[in-house]
Amino acid sequence: MFNIERWQEIFEAISKNRLRTFLTGVSVASGIFILVILLGAGKGLQNGIQKQFEQDAVGIIVVWSGTTTKPYKGLNPGRQIQFRNGDYNASVQKFDDKLDLRSASYNFWGGAFSYGKESGSYQYKGVDPDFSGVENLTVVQGRFINSSDLANNEKVAAIGMKVKTDLFKDSDPLGKEILINNVNFKVVGVFTDPGGEREEARAYLPKTTVQRAFGGGDKISNLFFTLKKTDDYDQALAQSQKFTQDLKDLLKSRNTVAPNDDSGVGIFNSVEEGKKFYDLNLYIRLFFWWVGICTIIAGVVGVSNIMLIIVKERTKEIGIRKALGASPFSIISMILHESIFITTIAGFVGLLASLLLLEIVGPMVQSEYFRNPEVDFSVALTTLALLVFAGAMAGFFPAYRAAKIKPIVALRDE
Amino acid sequence: MIEIKDLHKSYKMGNSELHVLKGINFNIEEGELVAIMGSSGSGKSTLLNILGILDEADSGSYILDKTPIKNLNETIASRYRNKFLGFVFQSFNLINYKTALDNVAMPLYYQGIKRKERYEIAMKYLEKVGLGSHSHHLPNELSGGQKQRVAIARALASNPKVLLADEPTGALDTKTSYEVMELIQGINDEGKTILIVTHEPDIAAMCKRNVVLKDGLIIDDKKVEQVRASSYV
Repeated sequence: MFNIERWQEIFEAISKNRLRTFLTGVSVASGIFILVILLGAGKGLQNGIQKQFEQDAVGIIVVWSGTTTKPYKGLNPGRQIQFRNGDYNASVQKFDDKLDLRSASYNFWGGAFSYGKESGSYQYKGVDPDFSGVENLTVVQGRFINSSDLANNEKVAAIGMKVKTDLFKDSDPLGKEILINNVNFKVVGVFTDPGGEREEARAYLPKTTVQRAFGGGDKISNLFFTLKKTDDYDQALAQSQKFTQDLKDLLKSRNTVAPNDDSGVGIFNSVEEGKKFYDLNLYIRLFFWWVGICTIIAGVVGVSNIMLIIVKERTKEIGIRKALGASPFSIISMILHESIFITTIAGFVGLLASLLLLEIVGPMVQSEYFRNPEVDFSVALTTLALLVFAGAMAGFFPAYRAAKIKPIVALRDE
Repeated sequence: MIEIKDLHKSYKMGNSELHVLKGINFNIEEGELVAIMGSSGSGKSTLLNILGILDEADSGSYILDKTPIKNLNETIASRYRNKFLGFVFQSFNLINYKTALDNVAMPLYYQGIKRKERYEIAMKYLEKVGLGSHSHHLPNELSGGQKQRVAIARALASNPKVLLADEPTGALDTKTSYEVMELIQGINDEGKTILIVTHEPDIAAMCKRNVVLKDGLIIDDKKVEQVRASSYV
């Protein structure tokens, strides 16, 4: 199909009709540009809102122990269940591929904290590194508890903002030793919690250290899990319901609780609360797709319009060419080559410009409800192909008609 | 060169039918310079369009250079136009975004001739009509007479059997008209068959044969003593 002579003829027509080329190009380029920016903004908004909702970790599953109410395997009811490291390890091992965040905690409700002359009573928990994700903590200074702290039973503490202001005022707490129930801990980090001051009046310590330093042995109080994310709420709900059931069965059998006794092992599944979030996300996505599709339609109509005008304007030229011996096929192919060439080039220009803008301006416009605007490149390319195709179609029909017109009609003086 | 027998053509105008050509018979030999005359509505332009394969007759036969012109599809018609015919129009019909040289080269493009050769041939014909120095001018930078010369060069470029001119001097003043006719006579002197549709008696007098149409019929067909255009200039 490639024919150097034809391309020379087409380039000549394109370069000698700058305004026409420019207008077609601008309409296609701006269409693509606006679409990509819109989709990017939509994604940014979606990311921002997702972040807002994640202040309370989406889909968190919390497990606690209780007192049995039914006799089972020769054991009396009224037995207090105590989780141990083995319960946590077995759960993690069994469901590893489904889990996103996982942490156990060993809690103390009131501990005497002191630093120098300042003192107070705060909650403290021994946790795993993932716990900062579970609580959606933001570490504002230093770091959170990590796995090497756990492995080495380090006496380190991540303290909440409230604890920091109470004990340290304005001075730097990092590296300082505080006393918790008469045990020395080195402060390695300060965190804030979107849950507010109540949840910042805490310290998190390595789980193993707490168990050892405060006589816990291998006891744990709670288990926290989140599951890997899915886009679809119903799927997420079904998965989490199955997971909680399986987890409950596992923990009951490990602790010899009757399968029909719901008091011994308690599970809270926040995925069931998460419907609002998934719905909002869905609406945002639908809205931007709707806007995007409208933009494409507007673009298609615009390109079609221009092609119609171009062919109309060239009717006389087409008549002249036919009188000089151009076949209908060569007329149609000339117009299509031109339109496809211009729309493709212009479309790429618009695509590149918009991607560049997103790349450069995106990071500057981060805010609470807007972050990381981005666009699916394949969606953008598909749109471009659609516009080029629409332009070609819109050019084809008038070109076909014009090529069919008898030259005398086309040449008739207006 | 051209044989026409019993040519009929009518146009539908709403409900009524307009019978434009009511049986035309005539032959044109090679090397003739024929003026087709007639008042407006006599059917002379329709006849020229049929001769130019721009339009089709309802009935009758048309043989052009031993080739019957009948039931052609658009693709074959365009090939015949390119091979047999050169057109000169009253309103020049140059493509206004192309230079004089590009305009002249265009029929050669549709003959599939390579670019370099195309421009060589086009330049030769531009020089022949005396516009070699204007090859890179756009049509709107040329006068009416110059535009018509470019159009004539374009019509000649594909080396057609017959040159068809529809009121070639209709948009030109008398002096320019005579200059264009001088050029046409010169081309005819070299042996090219030329048909001119005109309603101006002085232009017709510069041809070798006058055919007069009235109401779709030939009412007069006579050889005339050619007046040389150069005698006016």
